Amino acid sequence: MMALNNDSLRARIDGVQKLALGVGVVGAIGAGAGWSMDPTEFFRSYLLAFLFWMAFPLGCLGLTLVHTLTGGKWGISVRRVHHAGMRTLPLTALFFIVVGIGLHQLYEWSHLDVVAADPILTHKSLYLNAKGFYIRAVLYFALWIGYAYVLSARHDHYERTRDERYARTTRNLAGVGTLLFVLSVTFAVTDWAMSLEPHWFSTIYGVMFVVGQGLSTMAFTIVMCAWLAKSAPYSAIMQTKRYHDLGKLMFAFTLLWGYVTLSQFLIIWSANLPEETPWYMHRGYTSWRAILVFLLTCHFALPFLILLSRKVKQNPALVSKIALFILMMRFVDMSWLIVPAFHTEGFHFHWLYLATPAAMGGLWVAYFMHQLKGRLASAPADTYLERSLELAPSHGH
Amino acid sequence: MHHETPTLYGVLAEFGSADELVEACKRVKAAGYEKVEAYSPLPLPEVGHALGHTTKLSSLIFCGGMTGALTGFGMQTWISVIDYPLNVGGRPFFSWPSFIVITFEMTVLFSALTAVIGMIALNGLPQPYHPLFNSAAFERASRNRFFLCIEAADPRFDLAEAKKVLASTQPLLVEEVPH
Repeated sequence: MMALNNDSLRARIDGVQKLALGVGVVGAIGAGAGWSMDPTEFFRSYLLAFLFWMAFPLGCLGLTLVHTLTGGKWGISVRRVHHAGMRTLPLTALFFIVVGIGLHQLYEWSHLDVVAADPILTHKSLYLNAKGFYIRAVLYFALWIGYAYVLSARHDHYERTRDERYARTTRNLAGVGTLLFVLSVTFAVTDWAMSLEPHWFSTIYGVMFVVGQGLSTMAFTIVMCAWLAKSAPYSAIMQTKRYHDLGKLMFAFTLLWGYVTLSQFLIIWSANLPEETPWYMHRGYTSWRAILVFLLTCHFALPFLILLSRKVKQNPALVSKIALFILMMRFVDMSWLIVPAFHTEGFHFHWLYLATPAAMGGLWVAYFMHQLKGRLASAPADTYLERSLELAPSHGH
Repeated sequence: MHHETPTLYGVLAEFGSADELVEACKRVKAAGYEKVEAYSPLPLPEVGHALGHTTKLSSLIFCGGMTGALTGFGMQTWISVIDYPLNVGGRPFFSWPSFIVITFEMTVLFSALTAVIGMIALNGLPQPYHPLFNSAAFERASRNRFFLCIEAADPRFDLAEAKKVLASTQPLLVEEVPH
């Protein structure tokens, strides 16, 4: 048995929690001022912040679902982080309320007069209407929060009892959950992000977000683990092999991000249909093109080439710096996906586009740290974790 | 028929576990031997580290992948722009986005082929005969035993000395293997 809790680790988590809370509160005051000055830009920046930060709890849920199905030592060593992450979903649901309040500021289809004058939107109004938007949001969050808490409770229970039949039920639940997760995230981002341009549609859009969430979460996991590894017990858990594993997964998600991002473009580019191309006209044939080129270079090519090297993936300091860089690129990517919907004419910047995400990030990190402390303290005897610590290769008896 | 005294290939030690093999590798390496090879029924990255083995394979695969990318992209560019330009939906002849899928597939194909062929070639395979087959105990190298061999080709090789080093690692067996 090994204790996951220790005073120096707890003190460091407390420190970050206070700092994050400070950033969150100061940022929230700033964003609140922004709301009164320019409500339209505030809601836009808020949606950007929401879509960027929801990637972490949802990514944690998605990776936990997948790991419950597949197993693997990489996931055992980081499970406290992922469990803490997915247990912040209730806060994400609270964050969503402001998106709901800003419905009319954000979504063209929420205005009945606009819809009435537009035959396409009239036909889409069976799905795209305010009531449906709210009801679906409640269902998404109920599903996600339910799964997050049931899974983390079931994993804890298994660690205490070692009941293999119970573990099998958990795996079956995760199987259904993985399917529901991808479907629900697809529907959610269709509602929250794709419907910003309600005439446009793309079937791979949801997968693009799911993969983006996976990448954000892998990068976040590596940064967190490298930071936790400065204290016991994570100094023992985070061996070179674990960094190598996590680095490989981050590399895979980088590749997958490039793959799905290109897939959407290639299909729309090949068909060249007037109802599909405007999305790329706004993002690739205005001054937004500079951001697109920047993303292809720094979100894809650069991390791809650097992460090819095994030495980089096995070096905690280096791989966590690249993870931090990828996190910044994730924000640039989200900005490129969302902001051109409002500013189709070309590149646009508003101070709220940084202030609101910083505020939300502060609050989210503070709550994540709170959850993490709970996860570390309540951790029962973790033989799973001990198994992940086994150094020796299998013996040839 | 004439008999020759068989020349010595090396001294072989047998171990019961992977840990003992890794430990022995470190010792033999520390004693200064260079021509040392370990044999195990399962992959053991630790042995590679202990013996200080390096491989050019990853650089080779990278070059293979790049060759594939250039071949794929170059081939399509040559076909569509120079050899047989076709007007497809009014697009420019050099429509690079449509070349990416094949370029990607060629990169993967060339990398994978380089990896497999390179691995076989760098391992010196196929090799129908190996002096270690002269050892009866060595049969179990593909089942449940671990072996370490100090080869006679080592510049520092001295039979008595090599036997002593290997014996100090508490093996199950130490034997001379002829060519």
